[in-house]
Amino acid sequence: MGTSITSDIAGGVAPPPTTQGFGGGDGEPGGRGAHRRASITGLMVLLAASVMMFAAFSSAFFVRRGLSNDWVDTPLPGILWVNTGVLVASSLMIELARRALHSGKRAAFNRYWSAATIMGLLFLGGQYLAWQQLNAAGYYLATNPSSSFFFVLTCTHAVHLLGGISALGYIDVQALLLRLGPGKRTAVDVSAYFWHFLAAIWIYLMALFLFWG
Amino acid sequence: MSSPVVAAHGAPKGFIRRYIFSLDHKVIGIQYYFLAVFSVFLGMALSVLMRFHLVYPDAKVSLFEKLWPTGAPGGIMTPELYLSLMTMHGTIMVFFVLTTAPQSGFGNYFLPIQIGAEDMAFPVLNMLSFWTTFLALVVMVAAFFVPGGAPLSGWTAYPPLSAVGQLSGPGEGLGQTFWIISIAIFCGASLMGAINFIATTIDLRARGLSLMRMPLTCWSWLVTAILGLLGFAVLLAAGVLLLLDRLAGTSFFLPAGLLVNDQILNHKGGSPLLWQHLFWFFGHPEVYIAILPGMGVASQLLSTFSRKPIFGYRAMVYAILGIGFLGFFVWGHHMFMSGMNPYSAFAFSVLTMSIGVPSAIKTFNWIGTLWGGRIRFTTAMLFALGFVSLFVTGGISGIFLGQPALDLYFHDTYFVVGHFHMIMGVAAIFGMFAGTFYWFPKVTGRFMNETLGKIHFYLTFLGVYAIFTPMHYLGISGNPRRYADFTNFDFLGKLLPIHTFMTHAAFFTAAVQLIFVFNLFWSIKKGKPAPMNPWDATTLEWTVPSPPPHDNFAGKHPVVNHGPYEYSVPGAARDFIMQSDPA
Ligand code: HEM
Ligand SMILES: [Cu+2]
Repeated sequence: MGTSITSDIAGGVAPPPTTQGFGGGDGEPGGRGAHRRASITGLMVLLAASVMMFAAFSSAFFVRRGLSNDWVDTPLPGILWVNTGVLVASSLMIELARRALHSGKRAAFNRYWSAATIMGLLFLGGQYLAWQQLNAAGYYLATNPSSSFFFVLTCTHAVHLLGGISALGYIDVQALLLRLGPGKRTAVDVSAYFWHFLAAIWIYLMALFLFWG
Repeated sequence: MSSPVVAAHGAPKGFIRRYIFSLDHKVIGIQYYFLAVFSVFLGMALSVLMRFHLVYPDAKVSLFEKLWPTGAPGGIMTPELYLSLMTMHGTIMVFFVLTTAPQSGFGNYFLPIQIGAEDMAFPVLNMLSFWTTFLALVVMVAAFFVPGGAPLSGWTAYPPLSAVGQLSGPGEGLGQTFWIISIAIFCGASLMGAINFIATTIDLRARGLSLMRMPLTCWSWLVTAILGLLGFAVLLAAGVLLLLDRLAGTSFFLPAGLLVNDQILNHKGGSPLLWQHLFWFFGHPEVYIAILPGMGVASQLLSTFSRKPIFGYRAMVYAILGIGFLGFFVWGHHMFMSGMNPYSAFAFSVLTMSIGVPSAIKTFNWIGTLWGGRIRFTTAMLFALGFVSLFVTGGISGIFLGQPALDLYFHDTYFVVGHFHMIMGVAAIFGMFAGTFYWFPKVTGRFMNETLGKIHFYLTFLGVYAIFTPMHYLGISGNPRRYADFTNFDFLGKLLPIHTFMTHAAFFTAAVQLIFVFNLFWSIKKGKPAPMNPWDATTLEWTVPSPPPHDNFAGKHPVVNHGPYEYSVPGAARDFIMQSDPA
């Protein structure tokens, strides 16, 4: 990361053409380095969009909550705690897998990565159970604003998670087919970061539900 | 040198891969452009119908009855039909024209070439984003054909009207549902586009092309993408909530005890203002999404055709960034009438005024660029000058609207309609015309016809001022907006001749656009052949053949040694130095 964007903006002088670095027009636009950087930038941009979407829902949540007296806190089904644990563990597994790959331990990578994928599926199953339990207790999407937001936020998160699982599953398949060459490293990293992001968002949502119902 | 970013796709052979599901940013840019051309004519046709109805509300037109059997029984347009035309006009223009052509159309085609890349960073995503936009357009147009027809709630879709369903009017059933779904799809498409624009600009620039050597077009595309990214994510969230209010019985936006057509609704506790906040948090940045690319094109052209460097390049960049940043803090100026706390109104007003500063910087720099230049009055340049004129005219009325005390009066009058048509409607469209005339030789290898172009420019320029200037006067006189018929109000009686004049001006201006259409298609085949760099311009797209080859630079990687606006440099051999000329 020779010249950063900030020094680029501040300096405004093109760096000598030989330096390799971040953006700034000094890299090789066609090279693999540029491809990797672009993928990571793309991911960051995607995360920014997701954050904005959850931020929009959250601000609607607080506005709506303060608005009138029909808000009845939704009781959190206990299974959500299990789900939280599973998702955090899954995030951990992904990180172990990524590190294993970077130090060339393919077998360990496969184990950790598939474990993470399965845990992701378990989380989704667990979320489904949580929705079922809430329904059984008489809480539906339209029951009251709190339950509305609960379902909207958890479903939005689940849709994101489906995307994440597809990415993880794709890597699993590539790994099984022994196609995880250096070119796929970026895909591995990007999927892993996205997965961590989903765990972080989930922890945020749990805090939201816990403290503000 | 291997280049996986783009070598991911070599030049495709079959027709379908080449022209339909193409991964080539240039083809995708053209696809976006023509999607917008289709939309702009659809939107214009709707506006002509609206203007017709406003001055001849009792006219019996059998065509109307054929098109809308329930909307125009006996050939007379109902107010509901009028509102549905208005909604679709605004929606199609804002989303499928102003958000689509300047950014996704021109940007897709020229951003990669101007920064010396072989393609966008993610070509497959790029293709997906075009076809998703296309799907959104199909769903939007389909709203005309569902039972009840198109929705009535305007491009801003304010609840309760947009949330209570069929009960509140014919188009508010399936039509409104289609509208929301279409916009949600459009949000997805725009997010994909934004990811591509941002990653491409940050990571794929050619050697030597530092950010501060980027043409202002690239800067404006970058900032527009960031605005789209943050704005459309919020609109998507809002759309989901609105859809749930309609279909799932939730109460995000609907208050208790709502009485619609003699029926009390079941909802309780929600607030329509919540929608307004979410919508305008997107909506204000959206107006800059529409105008920023036009500003980029205007800057580019004013410099090129004045044979002078852009005045204050750095200030221009900071102004673009400033406008983009401030644009997220002013949404409340659309809600002065909502009963907001006067202190908040004051804060929003001050922030709104502060956007005037970077806007004025841009305007002065454009004039500074022209000052003392050896101006070449090509059609492209005329449209760029027209852009500046319209931007100033529209911006000045914005200063009035930004004062809460004045806006309480102006809100929901024709003054607002005049304001946003000048600045967003016409200025942005002039930016598109300018870009079309300027880049046509690169895309096709031929010029557009200059004589036809100039006739089209002058007639359009007169036409749009004739349509939209009187609107300010109407607004000051208290003429409300979003009404289908003004003939039954005593206090508006004196204003009717002005309406008649505007309607005739609208017919005239719409007819004049046929000159452009003819010129566009005729020149593709018959235009005068153009050399590689017909305007003596400096940026990288003028270093490659017209049209550019599949990977733009034929496998070579351009190296940039110069800034984008080195015109009339003392001591240089020619009056311009290209960005890729030796240092
Ligand atoms: C100095 C610059 C500007 C100022 C101070 C300004 C101010 C305002 C204000 C206060 C309103 C709300 C009026 C009302 O509803 O009562 C408004 C409406 C509007 N403005 Fe601007 N504006 C500016 C520039 C722009 C630009 C650059 C665009 C688009 C390219 C734009 C597009 C619009 C649109 C579309 C509306 C109407 C939205 C609707 O209600 O349907 N404005 N403007
Ligand atoms: Cu605004």
